Amino acid sequence: MNVKILITFLLLPVCAVAQGFAGLGTQAEGFAMPAPAPQFDFPADHGAHPDYRIEWWYLTANMTGPDGTPYGLQWTLFRSALAPETTEGWDSPQIWFGHAAVTTPEAHFATERYARGGIGQAGVQADPFTAWIDEWQLAGTGIDRLRLTASGPDFAYDVALEAQGPLVFHGDGGYSVKSAQGQASYYYSQPFFELAGTITLPTGKVDVTGTAWLDREWSSQPLAADQTGWDWFSLSFDTGNKLMGFRLRQSDGSYYTSGTWITPDGHTTALPDGSFDAEPLATTAVAGRDIPTRWRVQVPSRDVDTIVEAVNPQSWMDLSVPYWEGPVRMVGGASGVGYLEMTGYE
Amino acid sequence: MMRTGLSALWSHWRRNPLQLFTLVAGLALATALWSGVQAVNAEARASYDAAAATLGDGQYDQLLPERGDLIAQKTFIALRRAGWLVGPVVEGRIGAPDNRVRLVGLDPLTTPSGLGPLGDAATTGLPDYLEQLPVYANAATAAKLEGLLNTPVVIDADIAPDTAITDISVAQRLLGMDVQLSRLIVAPVQPIGRPPLAEIAPDLIRRPAQGGGDVGRLTDSFHLNLTAFGLLSFAVGIFIVHGAIGLVFEQRRGMVRTLRALGMPLNRLIVLMAAELLALALLGGVVGVLLGYLIAASLLPDVAATIEGLYGAQVSGTLQLRPAWWLSGLAISVLGTGLAAAGALVGIARMPLLASAKPRAWATARGTARRLQAMGSLALLAVAGLLALAGEGLIMGFGLLGCLLIGAALLLPPVLDRVLAGAQRLATNVTAQWFWADTRQQLPGLSLALMALLLAMAANIGVSTMVSSFRLTFTGFLDQRLASELYVTTESAAQTAAFEAFVADPARETLPLLSVDTTLADLPAELYGARIGATYRENWVLLAQAPDVWTRVAEQQALIVNEQLARRAGLWVGDDLTIGTGLALPIAGIVGDYGNPIGQAIVAEPLFRDLYPEVEALSFGVRSETPQALRESLIEEFGLPAQNITDQAQIKAFSLSVFERTFTVTAALNVLTLAVAAFAIFMSLLTLATMRLPQLAPAWALGLTRRRLGQLELVRAVVLAALTALCALPLGLALAWVLLAVVNVEAFGWRLPMFLFPLDYLTLALFALVAAVIAATLPARRLARTPPSDLLKVFANER
Repeated sequence: MNVKILITFLLLPVCAVAQGFAGLGTQAEGFAMPAPAPQFDFPADHGAHPDYRIEWWYLTANMTGPDGTPYGLQWTLFRSALAPETTEGWDSPQIWFGHAAVTTPEAHFATERYARGGIGQAGVQADPFTAWIDEWQLAGTGIDRLRLTASGPDFAYDVALEAQGPLVFHGDGGYSVKSAQGQASYYYSQPFFELAGTITLPTGKVDVTGTAWLDREWSSQPLAADQTGWDWFSLSFDTGNKLMGFRLRQSDGSYYTSGTWITPDGHTTALPDGSFDAEPLATTAVAGRDIPTRWRVQVPSRDVDTIVEAVNPQSWMDLSVPYWEGPVRMVGGASGVGYLEMTGYE
Repeated sequence: MMRTGLSALWSHWRRNPLQLFTLVAGLALATALWSGVQAVNAEARASYDAAAATLGDGQYDQLLPERGDLIAQKTFIALRRAGWLVGPVVEGRIGAPDNRVRLVGLDPLTTPSGLGPLGDAATTGLPDYLEQLPVYANAATAAKLEGLLNTPVVIDADIAPDTAITDISVAQRLLGMDVQLSRLIVAPVQPIGRPPLAEIAPDLIRRPAQGGGDVGRLTDSFHLNLTAFGLLSFAVGIFIVHGAIGLVFEQRRGMVRTLRALGMPLNRLIVLMAAELLALALLGGVVGVLLGYLIAASLLPDVAATIEGLYGAQVSGTLQLRPAWWLSGLAISVLGTGLAAAGALVGIARMPLLASAKPRAWATARGTARRLQAMGSLALLAVAGLLALAGEGLIMGFGLLGCLLIGAALLLPPVLDRVLAGAQRLATNVTAQWFWADTRQQLPGLSLALMALLLAMAANIGVSTMVSSFRLTFTGFLDQRLASELYVTTESAAQTAAFEAFVADPARETLPLLSVDTTLADLPAELYGARIGATYRENWVLLAQAPDVWTRVAEQQALIVNEQLARRAGLWVGDDLTIGTGLALPIAGIVGDYGNPIGQAIVAEPLFRDLYPEVEALSFGVRSETPQALRESLIEEFGLPAQNITDQAQIKAFSLSVFERTFTVTAALNVLTLAVAAFAIFMSLLTLATMRLPQLAPAWALGLTRRRLGQLELVRAVVLAALTALCALPLGLALAWVLLAVVNVEAFGWRLPMFLFPLDYLTLALFALVAAVIAATLPARRLARTPPSDLLKVFANER
């Protein structure tokens, strides 16, 4: 989910607008840089890495209600550092953002939170694991058993998560390259959560069960200057296989793609540039722009060729930095569910 | 044809430049007074808006500490972690004691967006903002802050005067409020499922949003007052314009007849005349707006001082050209002209093509119109009576004023007519009979000007009575309130203790000024802790009291409230008032508290200290027989800086000066209104003079000399002005009563005793007579010098 880096920088528009993406490279001075062949140290690495510029704890879930209605939820905690240090008090250069959303076939609810580090309003503690901003919280004894709560003006959720498989590492053992020029991040996931709990909607409470996918990623140097947006997929096939894949759209019309094929027991195969493909088939008018909401996803090396369709084409995150994110389902070539995130559509 | 018509219309002005001047000057004066007042109001409102936009305290609910004035930062975190979306505010004052700046610290990430400059920072440049942590202030405040800060100051003209806004981290550091907050702003939209406030922060109270803000509400009455004066002035100006336009059209009847006989279509003629009037209205409007700017610029510093003195709201002392008021000035000039000219244009449109051009003086002397006017005025006065008996609220107070003034003005011509008719019956010789009859005959032409004079004089009497009553009451009040000879400010709790020990003397009273802002009877109020001794017992005059009032207060069995609180909360002596949690005490006395906009309650010092242990007294009143010696020993032996000691005379002088300035504004408007009324008389007489030749010529032919006629003109002006002044006196007193007993209570919450000032009224009447004489002099001299041939022509010319 490396491409979500951009969100964080879009949240700091002065970086994106006034200085341009190219400027970010110079701003990385002083921050630690991801290096190949990482040696992760758990549970410490589930916590925050304040010497890296950006980091997130990103959870998406595909759920169903008692009557079979599909639902989706998203919860993200972003950390963005203005300097590679952490201090107590309001002066801390660590800034936190939270996004939460619930999607039904008819409606999409999204809300956001902001906080400054150093005062206790938001943060992440590795052991016992707690990630929080305001009353939103993703916490448990370890990363495998978590409880997630969040609420907005018109929705809330409270779900329990239990991992049914191991952590998986993207790219080269968790070192995930982002562009042909070599931008990279540390990236691992827990895609095997089983979920049970309740979501609260304006119409009332709904008991839900389903699966969830947690992404962990941190870096200091984001995208290349010519990358304008991305389309990111996390798919769970009914066969038990899982696929993470994205394409970064470049200003010359070309793409940089990457992905990971995950078997039911957690074995991974990296999909280098060009071996994953996603092609828009139909668009929907969303918030005054055309957004692709029906896709053909192909991984030739795994005989994957499936049509992916949004559960709710209007899954628009109408926040400070707007983007599209919502649950999807496979409607041809294979069967399963997943999540799709798209940014940079003007 | 068009050009001929235009040149014919224009030729009238060429022949009568004075009329042109009257029209434009009348419009300009009317517009000037109106737009001047509007400019002052617009400027003041912009300042309040800046204050509101600076923080917008009013537009959101807030959480405040129930006691004291600090909230622990961890309470803020606890609330956020419970799902309460609140934004922290740190507030305090920095700078030299006589040059303080209110410093407000916010957190742009949790403050509701759009709240002041920081709200924008969160969305447009957070990294830059967090790196620089600038202070935002207007240019004048920035100058005061120079040298006090080591962060950059960003000039933002929209920030209220003497206020600086910055990041919460900077504010906490500058104010020495580490991990402390002043209050919390509650975001308007909250997540579902939050626990109640009492579970998370039981020591905080929630203050609901106040639509429009405190300042706006408090100052509304002042602006309503100014606006009423502006409208009054405009009405007076429109009287002039109406008269001038009516005259112009009257004199042009012959020309209109000729033009139409020559083939000019009526429609085109009307359009031409309307266009001509529009041009004149715009000209008058522009001149008026310029004059209005000058008026506003000279009044604004006083208004700013008044508003700050009365309400504590700060208004920038410099005037900006705001489209709102200069456009409204032009619009009202055009509208006023239209209003004044509509009747005349309709008259032209309806005039039969070959009708004779009858002199206006005859045409206007119609009995039915006068009777209608009298009935209308009685109806208005009846409404005024009903409002006085049954109405409530400030708007009602001004409605009452309006009905009273307009009703009385409309009643003036019929009353004068009756009086003159009576005089005519009493007259013993022919000249006197002719004089009274001729004066009656002139009444319709002069009535607008006389009504203007009546209103101006009544306003003058009413307002000066109010000001003087206020001054008498207030000086007495200051003697009572500022009983201590010295007022001393200490700088810390430690110094306070040392100071109390230093001045301790059985023969000397030391009175700490202990107070806290709180909410009493659901109203914002101040609670005072008083050290009850001889000073309170002997000096304080209470409006109402129970027996042994001070003893009961000293024994913590009762409390005293000011009149504002008592009236607003509907409480009086004997009722209970709740202060703090679960503590209710009976009210034992009501104290008059003039000039203070908010409610107050006074309890004994020990009770106050129990309730608010964290509040330290840093100001003291000290009674002393030898204030100078005490002052010197405090400076030299105790080491208190000289500026921390104020003697009572100084404070009193300052307080009085605030109230002097309070009414400078209304006084200035008074004089202007009176001047406009005098101008109206002058113009009416001047225009009547030329039309009255047909009535004067027979009198001259019968043997009255021109000189005698001129003298009679002067006498007539004096008689009419004197009669008007006589009518203005009761009206002015009624106005004063409404201002003191109705408007004042509604606007400020206290009632002033009314005092009468006969000498002032006499002076005013003399001034009015002098103004009338001056106004009548030129027309009278003209009459005295009218060539006999002109008078003879009256008999020769067929009109």
